[in-house]
Amino acid sequence: MATTTNRALAGAGIRGRLARLRRRHWEAVLGLLFISPWIVKFAWLQLYPMGASLVYSFTSYNMMQAPVYVGLANYSDLFTQDPLFWKAVVNTTLYTVCSVPLDLLVAFLFAILLNRNMPGRGAFRSAFYLPAVLPTVALSIVWIMVLNTRGGIVNDILGLAGLPAIPWLTSPNWALPSLIFVSMWTVGPMFVVFLAGLQDVPQEVYESARIDGASRVRTVWHITIPLISPIILFNTIIGLIGAMQIFTQPLVLFRTSTELGGPLNSALMYSVQLYQVAFSQLRMGYASAMAWLLFVVVFGFTMLAMLLSRRVVHYE
Amino acid sequence: MTERQVRVTSRQVGKIVAFAITIVIAALFVFPLYWMLVSSLETSRQVFSNPPTWWPGVFRLLNYASALEAFPFVRYFINSLLIAVPTTVFTTFSSALVAYGFSRLRWPFRDVIFYLVIGTLIIPSWVTLVPLYIMFNQLGLVDTYVPLIIPDALGGAFSIFLLRQFFLRQPRDLVDAALVDGASHFRVFLRIVLPLARPALAVVALFAFINSWSDFTGPLVYLSNPSLYTLQLGLYNLIGKNYVNWPDLMAASLVVMLPMVVVFFGAQRRLIEGITFTGIRG
Repeated sequence: MATTTNRALAGAGIRGRLARLRRRHWEAVLGLLFISPWIVKFAWLQLYPMGASLVYSFTSYNMMQAPVYVGLANYSDLFTQDPLFWKAVVNTTLYTVCSVPLDLLVAFLFAILLNRNMPGRGAFRSAFYLPAVLPTVALSIVWIMVLNTRGGIVNDILGLAGLPAIPWLTSPNWALPSLIFVSMWTVGPMFVVFLAGLQDVPQEVYESARIDGASRVRTVWHITIPLISPIILFNTIIGLIGAMQIFTQPLVLFRTSTELGGPLNSALMYSVQLYQVAFSQLRMGYASAMAWLLFVVVFGFTMLAMLLSRRVVHYE
Repeated sequence: MTERQVRVTSRQVGKIVAFAITIVIAALFVFPLYWMLVSSLETSRQVFSNPPTWWPGVFRLLNYASALEAFPFVRYFINSLLIAVPTTVFTTFSSALVAYGFSRLRWPFRDVIFYLVIGTLIIPSWVTLVPLYIMFNQLGLVDTYVPLIIPDALGGAFSIFLLRQFFLRQPRDLVDAALVDGASHFRVFLRIVLPLARPALAVVALFAFINSWSDFTGPLVYLSNPSLYTLQLGLYNLIGKNYVNWPDLMAASLVVMLPMVVVFFGAQRRLIEGITFTGIRG
């Protein structure tokens, strides 16, 4: 009697374990089924093209004839025989190095300003955020008019102050600074992320700083910035990735100039040059080499930012 | 005045100064949009008049009529919707599906693969664009909306991230009870998880719609037949190389922005919550 019960129990135990195993197995299959749209996207539209791009980068391919293997010729041409490539690299670096810190600073200042009770706070927040959700083409068109040399409102105002008109978008000296200036207008997402970070800082921290007699600037520098450093890192990385790929703004802003890259290509951005090489000149192999270099740089900078941040960023 | 009073007044002065600075900056921020509106109501000659006219003397609504005639506005509007609506619907649904797989089911390497999803965010779109163009060209899909819809329709990394976080916060009991009652995971997803996640789904859908509506690079690369153009592409081509009719262009730009302005003011709280949650739009 006792043995049969034991045997039954043992059988149930095995069956239970089997059932659990089967359930776990089934759950794994289900999990893969649920994420299958992403798997398809990743394999078909990200992994495969990245591999294909790398392969194309060693070929000469114009989409009419079959690709011809050229080894490292595309890369060596880029580095040694392509002044426009270098121009694009220098311009994009300058743009990134200037616009990212500037945008971070502007967004941070707005967030500090609005991180307190003041009348109309919601309206101010909307004003700072709104341009970021509007279509880039339409937004950039406004700037062509506002920054127009003759009769543009910015120069009119300079004129009222007795200053000479500046050819913002038509002079090789001013095209790049104008592009950087315009980038400040779309700091909305950065600003909102900063604001959220500031609101997570407990009020007691500020209270005790104030009791200790710390000035506002010192409080920001010694307390706020360390506490929200993960947010600063996040905004920096997102900002870098975005800046290195900027495309639509320069294309629209310099639409009226002869070159896609603005007056004398003085604001030629990397993506714009890549677009020209790929879709105007149909040099798909060459463009792929450019694309891969961009990927390596973006990847490298992201990793670098994360590594450096281990020393500086303060996680709770 | 006692020291205490001095400190209180100085704090009040500080508040007033901060408020004043904020007003000035906000005004500067909104000014280009205001200027756009003013210019869209003026004549070509007034646009660049000196001294500038801060307030339109006449409201030439006629500009709007002529702007809409300057390019096939209705056609482009419909085209933009034909891309943005399916993209929004599909991306929201597939992202939710994927997010469920990453939150409610347990399977090996789940969290490692989830990091991979987040990692794909740093892939520049330019790396994949050339091979994708070649591929879609070979499939005969250039000059169709397929290449503009499919990539987003299979889910977006930010959307997946946002929805996963949301699903993880939902109470488990309801889902577990349904599963014990013998409901399948797909049924639980459709009947319980999705309806409860409506606010998060709305955020994802809004961002998907804004991004698709504003997309310029995709249509520029994939569409060469002018009758397929979107509003953004049409607007871009409206900027003449030699001559620009500014009032018309401003009117057209405003009309193209209008749906986004409506979306923004209708849903800005949700949008800002969504950004706060994921960090960035998209």
